[in-house]
Amino acid sequence: MYNDTVARLTYRALLGRRRVLILLTLPVLLLIIAVAVRSFSGADDRAATDVLGSFALASMVPLIGVIAGTGAIAPEIDDGSIVYLLSKPLPRRTIITTKLLVAISVTIVFTTIPMLVAGYILNGNSQGIAGAFTVAAAVASIAYSAVFLLLGTVSRNAVVFGLVYALIWESLFGNLVPGARTLSIQQWALALAESTAGSGADITSDVALPAAVILLVAATGLGTWYAIRRLTVLTVAHDD
Amino acid sequence: MTTLHITKASRWFGNVVAVNDITMDIGPGVTGLLGPNGAGKSTLIHMMSGFLAPSAGSVTLDDRPIWRHAESYREIGLVPEREGMYDYLTGGEFVLANAELHGLPDPGAAARTALETVEMTAAADRRISTYSKGMRQRVKMASALVHQPSVLLLDEPFNGMDPRQRMHLMGLLRRMGDEGRTVLFSSHILEEVEQLATHIEVIVAGRHAASGDYRRIRRLMTDRPHRYLIRSTDDRALAGALIVDPSTSGIEFDAAEGALLVQAVDFPRFTAQLPRLARDVGVRLLTVSPSDESLESVFSYLVSA
Repeated sequence: MYNDTVARLTYRALLGRRRVLILLTLPVLLLIIAVAVRSFSGADDRAATDVLGSFALASMVPLIGVIAGTGAIAPEIDDGSIVYLLSKPLPRRTIITTKLLVAISVTIVFTTIPMLVAGYILNGNSQGIAGAFTVAAAVASIAYSAVFLLLGTVSRNAVVFGLVYALIWESLFGNLVPGARTLSIQQWALALAESTAGSGADITSDVALPAAVILLVAATGLGTWYAIRRLTVLTVAHDD
Repeated sequence: MTTLHITKASRWFGNVVAVNDITMDIGPGVTGLLGPNGAGKSTLIHMMSGFLAPSAGSVTLDDRPIWRHAESYREIGLVPEREGMYDYLTGGEFVLANAELHGLPDPGAAARTALETVEMTAAADRRISTYSKGMRQRVKMASALVHQPSVLLLDEPFNGMDPRQRMHLMGLLRRMGDEGRTVLFSSHILEEVEQLATHIEVIVAGRHAASGDYRRIRRLMTDRPHRYLIRSTDDRALAGALIVDPSTSGIEFDAAEGALLVQAVDFPRFTAQLPRLARDVGVRLLTVSPSDESLESVFSYLVSA
């Protein structure tokens, strides 16, 4: 299920100098926004929910998920170096599950910590808003990682499709077409945040909690399962 | 002792047939897979490496299919043609990672041995991104040897190597073959293959064109009819003199080109006789150029042979 060497290689690829800077950009931006909002309008639950909900959970988490999820496998498939993993007596299932765990851990670290810190800066976790969004970021990280890792095994343009999903489907369509929200990791995660936060917090999801949990588990499970299948039959691009 | 069996194997991609009904056994010793670019060598090696399923037929290691049997890799060492190889690692880290992925009991020692074998110990602490092409090739080689495989598959291993590196790799492969390992490498250069391989398999346009030791292949390649384009001060007089000689089998006068197209069947005799005959009939030769010396035409001759 887990291979140390695969994990080490994946961590080094994800946390290489350039990529780590990209991964840090959005969390730093979130903290700057949090400090600015707090200093201009003081501790305010409404502002906290807005910043954490519409910027952090809606944009930062999926974008970091795209970078970590696709970055955990797509570059190796692209440049052919995946061959060195595939030509080993190592079940391909292990390669996927290891890479998924690495992607999840990277996404969680780069989203939950800034989320919690920003939440405390914004309103000192009043109404449990910071905690609720941190939980949402954690579960969303898991689902995004699985979905984007799958995307990385399916398409050479995984990052582009990932960005399209994260920015256009979840943010734009989600705001315009109510139905699109039902099929949105962000909304499923919000359902968890809604149930975790205090009663005074104004966090609402379009999806009921049981449905959200089922959909999160299903997306993660199916994404992983299909990524394993894809890698099992992955044929190396032929240059002939 | 491990033998690769390729039995009636074909592989197509959509409408394109890359490998067409090939049957061959690759046993211990060094085998060269020779063919022009695009002949299907890589596709064949990918099938032997378990990276492609044959569309028809079978590819097995002894009697176990390779496709989707990860355990095969305990016996196979692979040197891919593509360059992607975790450039952010050092050569030493890369070989060590390969040893670990094989689950070897002492990966550190195995990696050191492999790096010594390819003489990369000195550069092992440098990042792969700083390596020359030849050094990358040697580190790839070390990663393929780290688990002492009985089968070694190399896709165009000599590409981009300088003569010294080439000699070194040839020596290494020869030694592996002498040790009883099954070594298969692909190349589109006859000289490379005949210097190294004890056995040659020729692939042209996805088909198995010839098989044997290098002398047989070399003879097949030089004994074919050669075509020449000749221009002279008097083409018709020269044509008359040439057709009488048994070294030619056909002459065409191409008025548009203003040249003779000569088909020579006895290559050494023709090259010796041509200037002599020209002198005898008092004709000056202006152009003598082989019109089909490209490797592709040599290979396509082999297919029809």
